[in-house]
Amino acid sequence: MIMNGKPMRLLLTFIFMTFAMPAWATLEIDISKGHLDPMPIAIPDFVGASDPEREIGAQIAGLIRANLERSGLFRPLDPASFIEHQSNINVQPRFADWRIIKTDALLSGRLVMESDNRMRIEFRLWDVLAETQLVGLQLATTPENWRRIGNKISDVIYQKLTGETGYFDTRIVFIAETGPKTDRVKRLAIMDQDGANPTFLTSGKYTVLTPRFSPTAQQITYMSYASRTPSVFLFNIETGRQEVLGDFPGMTFAPRFSPDGTKVIMSLVQGGNSDIWVMDLRTRQRTRLTSSPAIDTSPSFSPDGSRIVFNSDRGGTPQLYVMNADGSGIHRISFGKGTYSAPVWSPRGDLIAFTKSLNRKFHIGVMRPEGDVERILTTAYLDEGPTWSPNGRVLMFTREPRPGSGPHIWSIDLTGANLRQVPTPGDASDPAWSPLIQ
Amino acid sequence: MKSAFIAFGALLFISACASTPAPEPAPAPAPAPAPAPTPPPVTGEVTPLPPVPGSVDEFQKMAGDRVYFEFNSAQLSHEARAVLSRQASWLNRYPNTRILIDGNADERGTREYNLALGARRASAARDYLVNLGVSPSRISTISYGKERPIDGRSNEEAWAKNRNAHTGIVSGATS
Repeated sequence: MIMNGKPMRLLLTFIFMTFAMPAWATLEIDISKGHLDPMPIAIPDFVGASDPEREIGAQIAGLIRANLERSGLFRPLDPASFIEHQSNINVQPRFADWRIIKTDALLSGRLVMESDNRMRIEFRLWDVLAETQLVGLQLATTPENWRRIGNKISDVIYQKLTGETGYFDTRIVFIAETGPKTDRVKRLAIMDQDGANPTFLTSGKYTVLTPRFSPTAQQITYMSYASRTPSVFLFNIETGRQEVLGDFPGMTFAPRFSPDGTKVIMSLVQGGNSDIWVMDLRTRQRTRLTSSPAIDTSPSFSPDGSRIVFNSDRGGTPQLYVMNADGSGIHRISFGKGTYSAPVWSPRGDLIAFTKSLNRKFHIGVMRPEGDVERILTTAYLDEGPTWSPNGRVLMFTREPRPGSGPHIWSIDLTGANLRQVPTPGDASDPAWSPLIQ
Repeated sequence: MKSAFIAFGALLFISACASTPAPEPAPAPAPAPAPAPTPPPVTGEVTPLPPVPGSVDEFQKMAGDRVYFEFNSAQLSHEARAVLSRQASWLNRYPNTRILIDGNADERGTREYNLALGARRASAARDYLVNLGVSPSRISTISYGKERPIDGRSNEEAWAKNRNAHTGIVSGATS
């Protein structure tokens, strides 16, 4: 049975909670540097008047601690070390008690069950040294949405303390793999960014590859062998509906949405040759962008939609090229040693992530769209297919650490620090990060 | 008889390995061997039947159904051309057959690039057959990229096998 992967509807309201004191934000992490010294933060379990309230409150606090710890930018302190145990979050904390345990920030939260299907969460983020409230918010939702609340609060903290948008209230679409290599079953799957709630979207009867989110995270475009000619498909997460995209005269693959979500860009094979085409989703009109006898594939739009980076072997080996959105002005940008493929433009626009093959190893790296300032972030037997967090600070990718060891999803910071495996139910590949869920 | 010999050998091996040989227990009396049925005398194998003319089996045996490529290449080697020439003669002899050529790549490349490379390999094989008189209308192609390895290992031998174009008879063959 295929489970429905539609996101739970989130009735969520933000109300600002003020505190009678000036709030000067002095606490800030510079996330452009490595994170050798992550910021200590204290996050006690959220207080509640009843056992069920305290139980969910503890789950939410635990989720926030795990999110912040995984970012590599924060060091959530062990709650067992806390001296003050607040029962009322609407009075000032005893800052001296928090300074003793050497925390820079404190998150105090409270959970109130207002009815069977409605709960209210209040929280305040404190600068312990400056003794000021950095943010105070109140949210209301249904109890089963506690993970999304935890992710939302994590995003608020991340934004307040780094100055950048967070990426915790997001999901990952990927390919779940089972069976021997010579008879592999590949299913479209979706999960939260931390690996929670993995759900299959297709049965595994047909091979599916390379899923990518639409900018609203409501649709996925991917390649499937379910049709007579392998083709680019669209999957609507809300309805579960799948459809072949367009009636192309050959195999289509390597799809990605345009940043405004109105188009899908992809490769089409004709006479054995792959070129890049773009399809307007409303008019269904298709336009050819490249016409070379070489392989042209893996196109990815710049976030302003004006340019496209892609992979081509027109120069003899696979390299990265950039062109204007209408196909004009094609120029090569990769000039380092080795071969380059699978480029993805950062949502911030300032970098392009790619897969590089050199000396029988594979690497994930980044370079500027002009092709300079190349940095290699990872090395393994097979690292491939990077995808950006919506704030452009973290990359996920497929890694097969050693020959035959099976693929999994890994993440690494743009700084090259904080390499981690993302938990998946089994072998997994082709991750794609969603935008922040609305 | 033979198994008893092996068991004896294993016993010798074990005692040879032991640094301080334990005193050997007295061997239990061997049970009386059951009389083995006498196998019929073998004088030689019967000649295998030739493949049925026009069958998939015949195509595979006479022509070979797979051609191989160098890394990141869709160039047909001399050997590949020889296989495709035999495929073409067989296909021209059985004009009602239809084929699907699937192009494949080894795992050392990114997924999408390998889909394009597999398409190029399938097309190279197709074009060669067409040049030798096989009607294009009888040929379909597909690329599996690196998704359908025939050898699941990760070594040179497996990669060489997995870089191929495979010709499958989809209809019209004698069964």
